[in-house]
Amino acid sequence: MNAAYEPWSAARCTEIIGAYAHVEGGVIVVLHAIQHAFGYVPEPAIPMIAEARNLSRAEVHGVFTFYHDFRHEPAGKHVLKICRAEACQAAGGDALTARAEQQLGVKLGHTTADDRVTLEPIYCLGLCATAPSAMLDGRIVGRLDEKRMDALLVEAQR
Amino acid sequence: MSLKVYIPCDAAAVCVGADELVAAFEAQAAQRKLEIEIVRNGSRGLLWLEPMVEVATPNGRVAFGPVEDKDVASVLDAMIADGPHDLRLGIADDITWLKKQTRLTFVRCGIVDPRPVEDYVAHDGYKGLTRALSMDSAGIVADVTTSGLRGRGGAGFPTGIKWKTVADAQADRKFIVCNADEGDSGTFADRMIMEGDPFVVIEGMTIAGIAVGATKGYIYIRSEYPHAIIAMEEGIKAAKRAGWLGDNIKGSGRAFDLEVRVGAGAYVCGEETSLLESLEGRRGIVRAKPPLPAHKGLFGKPTVINNVLSFAAIPFILDNGAKAYADYGMGRSRGTMPIQLAGNVKFGGLFEVAFGITLGELVDDIAGGTFTGKPVRAVQVGGPLGAYFPPSMFDTPFDYEAFAKRDGLIGHGGITIFDDSVDMSKMARFAMEFCAVESCGKCTPCRIGSTRGVETIDKIRRGEQVADNLLVLQDLSNTMKFGSLCALGGFTPYPVMSALKHFPEDFGPVPQVQAAE
Repeated sequence: MNAAYEPWSAARCTEIIGAYAHVEGGVIVVLHAIQHAFGYVPEPAIPMIAEARNLSRAEVHGVFTFYHDFRHEPAGKHVLKICRAEACQAAGGDALTARAEQQLGVKLGHTTADDRVTLEPIYCLGLCATAPSAMLDGRIVGRLDEKRMDALLVEAQR
Repeated sequence: MSLKVYIPCDAAAVCVGADELVAAFEAQAAQRKLEIEIVRNGSRGLLWLEPMVEVATPNGRVAFGPVEDKDVASVLDAMIADGPHDLRLGIADDITWLKKQTRLTFVRCGIVDPRPVEDYVAHDGYKGLTRALSMDSAGIVADVTTSGLRGRGGAGFPTGIKWKTVADAQADRKFIVCNADEGDSGTFADRMIMEGDPFVVIEGMTIAGIAVGATKGYIYIRSEYPHAIIAMEEGIKAAKRAGWLGDNIKGSGRAFDLEVRVGAGAYVCGEETSLLESLEGRRGIVRAKPPLPAHKGLFGKPTVINNVLSFAAIPFILDNGAKAYADYGMGRSRGTMPIQLAGNVKFGGLFEVAFGITLGELVDDIAGGTFTGKPVRAVQVGGPLGAYFPPSMFDTPFDYEAFAKRDGLIGHGGITIFDDSVDMSKMARFAMEFCAVESCGKCTPCRIGSTRGVETIDKIRRGEQVADNLLVLQDLSNTMKFGSLCALGGFTPYPVMSALKHFPEDFGPVPQVQAAE
């Protein structure tokens, strides 16, 4: 698990939920904050949010599972998101995605066996004139070619 | 001596090394004991030249680009000596690609420092709001209506009518919501203006609040835009400190406050009712209309929900008058459109121009064709839900109605260029696949139809009963177009059907790569 995140703690989770208690309609805000702290949304957090916000567990679970951003389990040490949208495809993104899959030995949406890299698709980073683009742990990279992709993959596997 | 150097903070510059350049320039300057002030401006939108670095001179800002780390020493030499350099582009304001544009919305983007509100005010910012504060609600709404501004998110609904509906509604609370869930591939204008000139969006929303009687606004920004989120949050803080937001805006007695909300990776939340659901903390499920958001929007209250570019157009209209804006354009498409040239493009970037320019001028002349140098085979206008047009249709003028007449849409103004290596049945399949991934699931044509669409196109590509399956695909597309609740399912047939109509030769058995014996 990424050392940047805190280990699960119910007390800490309660604190986070409390910090956003005043935010109207703030379930997504709270889920973001929990994921920011723990690296994913641990299952016990769902009933805790429901309780605090006077919602049913099903409602909170429904929100949690609707959005692509929220993780059900910790990601690898690094997360590499490759844009799969049209503009990046037009600029040769498909071949680079295949290259990344091949070199990491995993398909999009999966984590390498050594837990180092989670490879994910992303649909548009708004970098469509400097395509193809990707994001490694929140850092954006554009004008990818084989050389730049390889460098990115090396960095991701560290 | 001291140098003032501009290095963009725009994500499109950062993704090709702008942040590293800042460090490199600082290191070089320190080595030479040179005083250097680095301003992180937004991008001027000439994205093939990013990172484009500028230096202030008595004659104006001189640009260099694209600058790489290895060029820093020599570029700095050229800056100090005001001498020649291979990357020197001349006075930035005089670059032809910029001079051809009509920048009303993006007039400050790339020029100002986006952080201090003082810089915004010094470049004619907040003049629109200052005038609006002296007007009554009806007067402001009348200006917006007369300007002819239509929703820049894609639907093209007249902004003034939307505002009037909310202004006329009676309620204890009203809301202003800015749709910054710019999920369309090939579009980045919202991102650029938020990063390069956040106050113009804030000012536009504040004017909307004053006009309709709303005191609270939300900006819903997609999580894929981390730089824009920070820029807007900082912008709101700075505007509050300077008294441009808050309980008593500049002593006028009027109140308006803003909050940024971050999306969570759902394309459908760009649809306005889905966005409202998401803002309320629920699944981004589309609402059936009516009731319109103008009557029952956020938390059931009357809500103005507009795209970033719609709000960003407002300060110019209030400052310079409705007529000044309406004087540009053609037919019922008034004013300017920030057009985004993307994909396999030679000169990609943001090109703001009056409506009426033809697609061919944009693709061939302005964008210069493809980056790969191969012939353009297709362009997709308006994002993943927009139609594919072949070069034979490049005489289409950029205008809401002209595109609709040819079974296309201008959407959010993105043009994605493809060269002759593109496989159009693969792109049609992608459109269906994307719809299947992103469907909110509420209506059947979108939820099921998209998956059946992928399967049907796969059959066609495998050569199974091609003629029959093409009929199925057309029938399915019609069902999705007319039976879906929102534009996701309703417009996915545009890329599919246009690909089929204009590139029928791509719809048949795909040659299989022979397996090794």
